[in-house]
Amino acid sequence: MSAKMIEVRWHGRGGQGAKTAALLFAEAVLATGKYIQAFPEYGPERMGAPVQSFNRISEEPITIHSGITNPNYVVILDPSLMESVPVTEGIGKEDKVIVNTSFGAAEIAQKLGINASQVYVVNASQIAVETIGKNIPNTPMLGALVKVIGTLDINGVLEDTKVKLTAKFRHKPEVIEGNLTSIKRAFDEVKN
Amino acid sequence: MIKTVYSKGKLVAKTGNEVMAEAMRQIEPDVVAAYPITPATEIVQIFSQFVADGTVKSEYVAVESEHSAMSATIAASAAGARAMTGTSSQGLSLMWEMLYIASGLRLPIVMAEVNRAISAPINIHGDQSDTMGARDAGWIQIYSENSQEAYDNMIQATRIAEKAKLPTLVTTDGFIISHCMEVVETYPDVDVKAFIGEYKPDRYLLDTKKPYTLGSIDLQDYYFEHRYQLAQAMRDARNIILDVAKDFEKTFGRKYELYEKYMLDDAEIAIVVIGSTAGTAKVVVKELREKGIKAGLLKIRIYRPFPAEQIAKDLAHVKAIAVMDRADSCSGAFAPVYSDITASLYAAGVTNPKIVNYVYGLGGREINTEHIAKVYETLSRIVSGAEKPSNMVEYINVRKK
Repeated sequence: MSAKMIEVRWHGRGGQGAKTAALLFAEAVLATGKYIQAFPEYGPERMGAPVQSFNRISEEPITIHSGITNPNYVVILDPSLMESVPVTEGIGKEDKVIVNTSFGAAEIAQKLGINASQVYVVNASQIAVETIGKNIPNTPMLGALVKVIGTLDINGVLEDTKVKLTAKFRHKPEVIEGNLTSIKRAFDEVKN
Repeated sequence: MIKTVYSKGKLVAKTGNEVMAEAMRQIEPDVVAAYPITPATEIVQIFSQFVADGTVKSEYVAVESEHSAMSATIAASAAGARAMTGTSSQGLSLMWEMLYIASGLRLPIVMAEVNRAISAPINIHGDQSDTMGARDAGWIQIYSENSQEAYDNMIQATRIAEKAKLPTLVTTDGFIISHCMEVVETYPDVDVKAFIGEYKPDRYLLDTKKPYTLGSIDLQDYYFEHRYQLAQAMRDARNIILDVAKDFEKTFGRKYELYEKYMLDDAEIAIVVIGSTAGTAKVVVKELREKGIKAGLLKIRIYRPFPAEQIAKDLAHVKAIAVMDRADSCSGAFAPVYSDITASLYAAGVTNPKIVNYVYGLGGREINTEHIAKVYETLSRIVSGAEKPSNMVEYINVRKK
C-alpha cells in the first residue's frame, strides 16, 4: 500500500451505526480536501450481529478496490466484540486500535495482546448518552478517530458533519447539537 | 487538495448506485420502468423518490417483474419517449427475451446495470456473468471502473443510444462500486441537459402524422437484412461512441475512449481486464514500474461493440498478455473476453504475444494486489522462457478440491 494511504476498519454490531460512521467519516474527510473511500462488509445484516465497515483516505486518487486486510486504524464501537471477533487481525506494530470502553488503555492492550502504545480508549457510550441521549457510539468515535489519526482537521470535520446532519434532522436541532458535541468531546477525551 | 476537472463541477461523496441515480435525475427521462433487485435496488429506489418528490417530471412505472420492466420500457421508447431502466443479475436474466426485442426494434433504451453473479447457487455479489451472458443481445455495453466513470458513462450513454439507435447498458461492479462511497465530480443540471439534448426520434408510434408498423412478422424475405442492419449498426456505433466521448471531453474535461491504455505503449507484459479490478491492477502496475518491470494494462470500457482492430494494434507489441475474465462461459474452452481478444489478434495477423486466460472473482471472491502481482510474475516467466503459457483457463483464488 502507498505510504500516504490511510486504511481504517470499523467493528460494530448491527444497528450501532458502523456503516453510517464510515460514510460520515468519509464525507467529512472529503470536505477537508482528501480522496476517500467508504464501504461496508456485506454479510448477514441482523441487529446485534458483528459487522465491519472500511475507509481509505489519501492525498492522491484511490484506484484500489480490493478489501482492506491490513488497516492502520481499527475502531471498536462495542467492547464485547473483543471477546468474539479477531479485531486485531492484520494490524502491524505501528497500527492503532481505538476502543469504546470505560477501561484504561493498559488493560485493553493486555486483553488484545498488543502494545499499550497502540491502544486508545474513550468512553464513547457515556459521551453518547450524555450528549445525544442514546447509546449510539458511532459519532463520538468519529471524533476520537480524527484525533488519533492526527493529520485531519477537526473543524473541517465538524463543519461538514453539521451540514450533513442539518439536512437530515432539520426538525430536531437538539440532535444536531448533541452529535456535534459528542464528536468534539470524544476528540478531547480519547487517550492513550 | 482535490480539484474539479470541470470549472463548474462539484465534488461529492457518493456510492456507485447514488451517482447512477443522480445521472438519471439530471437526464430526466420521460419514463422509467423498473423492478428492484440487489445490488441495483437503490438506483431505482432513489429515482422513484425523485419522482415522488416532484424533482423530476419523469413517469415511474412500478412493474411486477423485470420482464415487465423491459416490456414497459420498450413500449415507452417505441411510443417516442426517452426511456430508462435499471437492474442486475437475475433481473437481467428475466429480461432476456425482451433484451433482444429492444435491440431488434432499434430502441435507444438506457439501462443502469449492476454486475452480479447469476444463480445457482444464489449469490448477491459482484461478477460480470450477467452482462457477459447478454453480450450477443445487440446492446451496447459500457463498463465502469468506478463511480465517476459510471456517472460519466450514463450521461454519454443517453446520446450514444439515441444516435446509434441501439439500446445501451452501463455497468458497475456489484457492491465493490455500487455500494462504495467515493469522490465523484458531478456537473450542473443545465450543463448535463445541454449535453444530452432534447430527444427527437425520427419515427415513433404516437406520431399520428407518420404512422408506421413496428415489430411485425419478418420472414425469409427481409429478416436477414434487418439482422444485418442491426449488426452493422453495432459496428457503426464505434465512431458514434468516440464522437460523443470527444464532445464530452470538450465539455466536461474528462477523456474517454473505447478502452483505456495504462502504461501500455512500451509494456512487455500486460493484463486485459474490465471494471473495478482495473483500478486495483493499476496499483500493481505502478509498483512494478518502480522496479523497472515493463508492465501495462488495457481496460476495456466498451465491450460491445468490441474494438477488435484497435485493440489488436495496441497489444501487438506486448510479449505476454493475461486476459482476466470475471465470468466463466462454461464453454469447455475459454471465457468471453479471452475469446474476443484472441480472435481480434488473429484476425489482425498479430500472433506474437503469448496469451493466457484467467477467470477470477466469481460471486464477489476477493481479488487483491497480491493475486494480480502473481499474474504479472507468471507473465514475466513466460517472457523469459521459464514457464510455458497455459493453454487452458487458469483460476485465481479458487479451491479446486
